Amino acid sequence: MKHFKAYYTAGVIILASLLAFAVSSLILCLLGANVFDTFYVIFCYPFSSLKNLSGVINIMTPLILVGVGICVAYRSGIINIGGEGQMLMGLLTGIVVALHIDLPAPFGLIAVLMMGMVGGALWGALPGILRTRFGVSELLSTVMFNYIAAQLYAYALRVPLLDPSVSSGSGDPQTVKLASSLWLPRINDMVEGLPKGVRFHSGIFVALILSVLIFLFMWKTPVGFKMRAAGSSDRAARYGGINVNRHLVLAMLISGACCGLAGMVEILGVHHRGIGNCTGGYGFSGIVVALFGGLHPLGVIPAAFFFAVISYGCSALQINKIPVPSNMIDVLQGLVILIIVAAKLIISNPYLMDRVKRRIESFRKEAA
Amino acid sequence: MSPDLGPITSLRIEHITKRFPGIVACSDISLSVGKGDVLALVGENGAGKTTLMNILMGLYTPDEGKIFINNKEVVFRSPGDAFACGIGMVHQQYMLVPNLTVTENIALGLMQIQGNKGGSLKSRLKHLSKINLEIVRRHIMAISEHYGLLVDPDAAVWQLSVGEQQRVELVKTLCFGAKFLILDEPTSALTPQETDELIALLKRMSQELSIIFISHKLAEVKALCNKVAILRGGKLVYRGNTEDHSSADIAALMTGHEVYLPVNQQTRAPGKPMLEVRSLFVRGDRGNMALNNLHLTVHAGEIVGLAGVSGNGQRELAEALTGLRQVESGIIQLDGKDLVGKSPKQIIQQGMGYVPEERNIEGIVPSMSIRENLVLKDIGRAPFTRFGLIRKRVIDKNAETMRDKFDIRCSSLQTAAGSLSGGNIQKVILAREISRSPKFLIAVYPIRGLDLGAAEFIHKQLLALRDQGVGILLISEELEEIINLSDRIAVIFKGHIQRVLGQGEATQRKLGMMMAGVKD
Repeated sequence: MKHFKAYYTAGVIILASLLAFAVSSLILCLLGANVFDTFYVIFCYPFSSLKNLSGVINIMTPLILVGVGICVAYRSGIINIGGEGQMLMGLLTGIVVALHIDLPAPFGLIAVLMMGMVGGALWGALPGILRTRFGVSELLSTVMFNYIAAQLYAYALRVPLLDPSVSSGSGDPQTVKLASSLWLPRINDMVEGLPKGVRFHSGIFVALILSVLIFLFMWKTPVGFKMRAAGSSDRAARYGGINVNRHLVLAMLISGACCGLAGMVEILGVHHRGIGNCTGGYGFSGIVVALFGGLHPLGVIPAAFFFAVISYGCSALQINKIPVPSNMIDVLQGLVILIIVAAKLIISNPYLMDRVKRRIESFRKEAA
Repeated sequence: MSPDLGPITSLRIEHITKRFPGIVACSDISLSVGKGDVLALVGENGAGKTTLMNILMGLYTPDEGKIFINNKEVVFRSPGDAFACGIGMVHQQYMLVPNLTVTENIALGLMQIQGNKGGSLKSRLKHLSKINLEIVRRHIMAISEHYGLLVDPDAAVWQLSVGEQQRVELVKTLCFGAKFLILDEPTSALTPQETDELIALLKRMSQELSIIFISHKLAEVKALCNKVAILRGGKLVYRGNTEDHSSADIAALMTGHEVYLPVNQQTRAPGKPMLEVRSLFVRGDRGNMALNNLHLTVHAGEIVGLAGVSGNGQRELAEALTGLRQVESGIIQLDGKDLVGKSPKQIIQQGMGYVPEERNIEGIVPSMSIRENLVLKDIGRAPFTRFGLIRKRVIDKNAETMRDKFDIRCSSLQTAAGSLSGGNIQKVILAREISRSPKFLIAVYPIRGLDLGAAEFIHKQLLALRDQGVGILLISEELEEIINLSDRIAVIFKGHIQRVLGQGEATQRKLGMMMAGVKD
């Protein structure tokens, strides 16, 4: 059979889409929503205008950054679930510095972004050190460090960094607005003559450059080679004279730095101040993005785009008066992602493909 | 499915074919084993032996072909089906729980089998609760007496030697009702004495059972088996009586060409001391003193064979010498320079080469490509890295040279090293270690599990390396290998060197005694 793989891949994708469609249709019907309208909004609304597409790009930006960070850790043999905490500690460090420095335009921005990376890197390195020194599982420590970071951040927002203009007891706690010279400029402010609606912030370029840099680092430098070797087989790496522990901590430093940068970019690009809930759960969804992108820094880019589309589309349901409760939107999003990730695993399993092929061949023989 | 067929008087497989993606593991294989037959199944790695046996055990279903027991066709959908028909297999790796007693281990297996027999959940639970350790114990005693298989049913498994554990596996299989035995390389971990005992035992058992015996060691095949089947590349190339052929004939059929395992014949004046180990104490994983006041000297241009039953400190010695394990006290010197307390990297840079025991997970990074594995130890240095960047072209060129020089057979150098066969993995490791021009090489079980063709190649490489003046420590349990290659032979027992013998003094029998701890 010629081109079996192509047919197989197409078949799995079609089946998976049908399945995702069927399951979510069922839920939507139970909720009394119009199935077609809902899907139209989720998949087409994000592309319906340049403004919406800009919104997708803004969501894509932190997803790429976190996803790339997760890739580095994963490839080096340590599973970083602490992206959320590293984002928070990164952006907290950056905000503290931003409130105290006064540098001319581009340098202030760069310094704050750098501080975001430093904060995230240090927060990420701690679980790495705990693992290499005391054998504490990173699954445990990174999750716990998320809680600590969340509480520290909540405290910082409410006490030392609280915007005095927010009267106590009412309104969400937040910091004062950062100086506008520190904001990541919007694309339409940087380039003249763009069509109206193109208004994503320049963080996307930071994200794209970083994913290329991380790719080069992991695949084209000896340090990256050693990190990958340590990640795939620590015994073989040690045998080969590689200091596995040192490379693990380094991997967590880099991974944390990427996540911290994601947090900082989100603040400087979107919120312009520290507020509650500013990470948007990207620290977690970035993990799925990384896995979906094949744990490859460049694969993360399309994966993040795909996630951003669904995420933006789902969040637009209420604006478009689709009567779906916001919690059910998360359920829908989760289901669609689950089915698509499963489809990807099925496609990339050669054994399964071979079995299906032979099964089909034997059916043909019987039919003949 | 007809579960109880009574005694198995004949087992026949016809035209068995099994395909995996990209390869045909077994192609149109037909075999038959009659009552009291001992069939040797021999072949190089990747010849399809294991696949064929897994089909007989119900782990795989064949794509084509049939299995007959007592001339009735049977279909195995799971290992349980094969068990029910009376086929039992003793695997290379023993499947025993170390901290349970022999009786408990066997009861555990019986529980699983009875639990799998089906029926309602209630009746299964009833079965489970019915297992009475005393009954199992009596059953074990009866079987061990019947076959002359000595086991102590109350000993904890961790207390038993490898040979004893193997007997437990045999008793276990028989307790489950096996009437037909498949043994997968049963002698690979045994001392020569234990091997002799096992062969004698199997001979006795073959009067009542039929046996399929998988082995690389042709001497054992000749001693035990009356029939032989030779597989090569998934095809049956020969079947017949063992008596009609010499070991050399069988080896030639296995590999497809004549095989001569090289022998170290030259006696050379040893060079300067290359590796010196004095009063070495090293702890094992469980905190015990695995190396106990060990002294050893290896000269340049000399192969010293370290003979011993595995678990007597060989692994700890190799790891201590390469910096992978901490040294309690003692002196290790390579070419006059101290190694104790140095990192693995520093020791590698001093010219230490190491072919580790676990080649699949330690000697290579399995998921990385062959070309990457070939530069594992040198990636950060010129010429493979320049201006902080890896030079792909140089690495590719290096890999191509190595592939040609060391006859590494692979579809592409981009292939993950872990997907290669054992022999080719060993060639990748040797290629890397030898090309780094080491001063000293530690080779641990270098041909364990390899077929004759690969073993021949690797032995030749080791001898050539010795002739270039490299000191080699050859750690092995295969006495034939040690005697063939070594200039001197040191026997290790409980972390201590029993004695060092010259090339002429060592015989298999003498070494075997010393390995078991007998001092003469």
